[in-house]
Amino acid sequence: MSELIIKNGYVFDPISGLKGDKADISVKDGKIVDKVSNKAEVIDAAGKTVMAGGVDIHCHVAGPKVNLGREMRPEDKFFRGEYRGGILKQGKRMEMGFSIPSTWKTGYAYARMGYTFTNEAAMPPLLAPHVHEEFRDTPILDQAAMPVFGNNWFCFEYIKNKELENNAAYIAWLLNATKGIGIKVVNPGGTEAWAWGENCTTINDPVPYFDITPAEIVKGLIEANEYLGLPHSVHIHGNNLGNPGNYKDTIDTLKLAEGTKAKNKFGREQVLHNTHLQFHSYKGTSWADFESGAKEVMDYVNSNKNITVDIGQVTLDETTTMTADGPFEYHLNQLNHIKWANVDVELETGSGIVPYIYDKNIKVCGIQWAIGLEIGLYAKDLMRVHITTDHPNAGPFTRYPRVIKWLMSQKAREATLDTMKWKDKVIAASNIASMDRELGLYDIAMMTRAGPAKALGLSSIYSLTKGADANIAIYNLDANKLPSDPELIEAAFQNTAYTLKEGVVVVKDGQIVAEPPKYTLWTKVNMPENAQVMHDIKEKFSRNYTVNLENYAVFDEHVHNARAIELDVA
Amino acid sequence: MPKVIENVGCPYCGCSCDDVRVTVSDDGKDILEVENVCAIGTEIFKHGCSKDRIKLPRMRQPDGSMKDISYEEAIDWTARHLLKAKKPLMYGFGSTNCEGQAAAARVMEIAGGMLDNCATICHGPSFLAIFDNGYPTCTLGEVKNRADVIVYWGSNPAHAHPRHMSRYSIFPRGFFTGKGQKKRTVIVIDPRFTDTANVADYHLQIKQGHDYELFNAFRMVIQGHGNDLPDEVAGVKKEQILEVAEIMKNARFGTVFFGMGLTHSDGRNHNIDIAISLTRDLNKVSKWTIMAMRGHYNITGPGVVWSWTFGFPYCLDLTKQNHAHMNPGETSSVDMAMRDEVDMFINIGTDAGAHFPIPAVKHLKKHPWVTIDPSINMASEISDLHIPVCICGVDVGGIVYRMDNVPIQFRKVIEPPEGVMDDETLLNKIADRMEELKAKGEA
Repeated sequence: MSELIIKNGYVFDPISGLKGDKADISVKDGKIVDKVSNKAEVIDAAGKTVMAGGVDIHCHVAGPKVNLGREMRPEDKFFRGEYRGGILKQGKRMEMGFSIPSTWKTGYAYARMGYTFTNEAAMPPLLAPHVHEEFRDTPILDQAAMPVFGNNWFCFEYIKNKELENNAAYIAWLLNATKGIGIKVVNPGGTEAWAWGENCTTINDPVPYFDITPAEIVKGLIEANEYLGLPHSVHIHGNNLGNPGNYKDTIDTLKLAEGTKAKNKFGREQVLHNTHLQFHSYKGTSWADFESGAKEVMDYVNSNKNITVDIGQVTLDETTTMTADGPFEYHLNQLNHIKWANVDVELETGSGIVPYIYDKNIKVCGIQWAIGLEIGLYAKDLMRVHITTDHPNAGPFTRYPRVIKWLMSQKAREATLDTMKWKDKVIAASNIASMDRELGLYDIAMMTRAGPAKALGLSSIYSLTKGADANIAIYNLDANKLPSDPELIEAAFQNTAYTLKEGVVVVKDGQIVAEPPKYTLWTKVNMPENAQVMHDIKEKFSRNYTVNLENYAVFDEHVHNARAIELDVA
Repeated sequence: MPKVIENVGCPYCGCSCDDVRVTVSDDGKDILEVENVCAIGTEIFKHGCSKDRIKLPRMRQPDGSMKDISYEEAIDWTARHLLKAKKPLMYGFGSTNCEGQAAAARVMEIAGGMLDNCATICHGPSFLAIFDNGYPTCTLGEVKNRADVIVYWGSNPAHAHPRHMSRYSIFPRGFFTGKGQKKRTVIVIDPRFTDTANVADYHLQIKQGHDYELFNAFRMVIQGHGNDLPDEVAGVKKEQILEVAEIMKNARFGTVFFGMGLTHSDGRNHNIDIAISLTRDLNKVSKWTIMAMRGHYNITGPGVVWSWTFGFPYCLDLTKQNHAHMNPGETSSVDMAMRDEVDMFINIGTDAGAHFPIPAVKHLKKHPWVTIDPSINMASEISDLHIPVCICGVDVGGIVYRMDNVPIQFRKVIEPPEGVMDDETLLNKIADRMEELKAKGEA
């Protein structure tokens, strides 16, 4: 029986309503408890900020396309690795890579920032065993992955034929087969179209052959999600990502959720999570008259409670873009002509990878930077607006502390604006210069742990409420006396004073000191077997797949330390 | 009663077929029958239950003979020599599961050595091209369900990947390809009239070593400069180039499969680079993908596993222990061996004795040489220590990566000979032993 108490810190935990009050957090056997005995180990957090472990709702950290990015970019190690004057080995294994770090660095770097959970944003079902192999080799972090459904032939057919129960049964089967946590949708219909070199750029473009539209796909999946009552909502990367004028398509997509209410036992309130909203909030008709559409999109988000979003903040780094949106990566490559990888996956999805340099001396990159921050600053309910960089698409996750700094300090935003070659054009195409809002630590706690945890339906595990896992971040920040130099805010969020994983100190003073077990979270839907769906699955496997059905579901021995979130459907 | 095990993965070529049926004897020790598998795959399963399997590590004696020793002694000997060596090299992994490859990464990180796989002598040039130009590819099911034009360039699946054409490319009837071979156009580009060329609609008998020029010619046509072609390029007539380019342009979905005819003839990585460029060009007018015909059933595996572990697929220098480095030419196995830089060699899941140039083998042989392999092969017979292990897909399961990077979960069909360890267990024990020795200050 191990006991531990964190004393006198300023505690920010929006789930339990702590708003920076001085409070003690008690831990027993890896869980948060009301009190501990006087034999408990004491961590003195006086003058420090205490939060639950960070929860990343959307990042690409494990799996086939992340790894193809690592494989095709040796330069990401040679010139940008922090070993050059940076981190030497702290944990059991070496840390490599910058925008697409090795699995080992991924685990260590998140832990140093006080994060203890990540949600891998796009798992191609056919390649699920690869994702789980990488989870095994990612230390400390609890992880989950969302299989992609937006271009899946089964779903197309069930939705077209209005077979809600069959669609739901198939989704439950696939979550079980892949050990996935929820429904991801990427460029619905568009990636299937890309298998023929085409795309769906609006929600009404028909998908070639399948006689269905993106709007129907999204609506069908939302309906199935709520029929099942999954912990997370449909998590969407909509059509027409990354193109000027796409804010209208984004609002069209968000409107598909209108009139639907969340049905689940996990405390989740939204029915649609729009990820990396920055990439979907563009006005203008070309890159010449490109401007921010953040206001229009956020006005819609602010007034519709059944929607959550994450930002996808551009960090102005050289990075590696990767997405299941195959046609987008092809078009991006037509812009920058660097190397291009593409992987179309049979019956299910596709993906593309292109290295990208967000250069502060390029006008469009500056405006993209401004749009992300505007989304955070326009937000009325920060429980519904989460910090991400769509790692590694808009920048690596290791820049979260910098994003936090920009959101908390107008001075920091101005300093960055001042470094831009086309500062005036960036200011003219956005509202960033006129925004004086500065977020506080409670806001940041909502955007980086409480909000994402709630949206994922996991707030009973990832918070400081009684019974939750004792995953805790302690930052060197005096909540009553925040430093006037914004760089110190970034530094504090980069390396915690302590990170605890299930009550074990894993980071102390920014150094990895322990690597306790971690979990793979997945959603187990208990429902009667659906004979029709099982028949359809067998048929597709015998005719169209190149892997046998019996070898498709991830074998139990290949899922690392599985932890099921269970629910029953009659 | 004999037992039938279905959905078994085949541990031979990069097709990694997973539909094998194996009939196993009552006691689970013998393989009685193997179905759905090519001739070569059959032999591997049969070898798995052969009575001649090596069951204990064998250590070379001063008189040159081999003597059986315990696994414990073999592990200790290997661990001590790894720690003592300044630049040990572990090479191989064509026939090892991913769990073993991950454990090998751990071993060489602790030892501070070099880690390389068979890509270094086969598809290494493809990696170099991918570093420069990317990789527009797909899974094999996309080819089966959609492709109406198939190109085999410098590859001969009829012999090297016996079920490739029937399972994935030319013959299967897929979702949008219900007529199978009848509606597919097959183009084979090879200096020889191979058995694959024999089933092609077009065989371009290219002049050996002139592939780059023919790629260039195709690119010219695709980009609209076909009229400027000379009458003949690389031994292929202009009319034929124009005709085949037209077929490529009009494909609904095309795939180029390339093999070692490109990676190991003149041009090497440049051949693959321009093949990728051609694929990119074709995507402006049609839909095209490209795929390396990876040789062994899990030779894709080490590139995948080490990319997530270190960020590099092959030719890894872990001697600094704090960070990895890769520079083919400097850190590639054969080059290091030719320069006699390696002072200990571990050959695992392959046969460097058969595949490396003789001068390289002679240099390696001057230093401690360990072979980790289920079989007697040329490497094992010149080793100082031969440690037998299980055969992946036969007496141990595990994950392997098919040539299209799709992970296939392999099954165990029979019990291994008593006491024989799998690669993962053995390598982790070597790593544990090294950590023990380091902690005791014995290294």
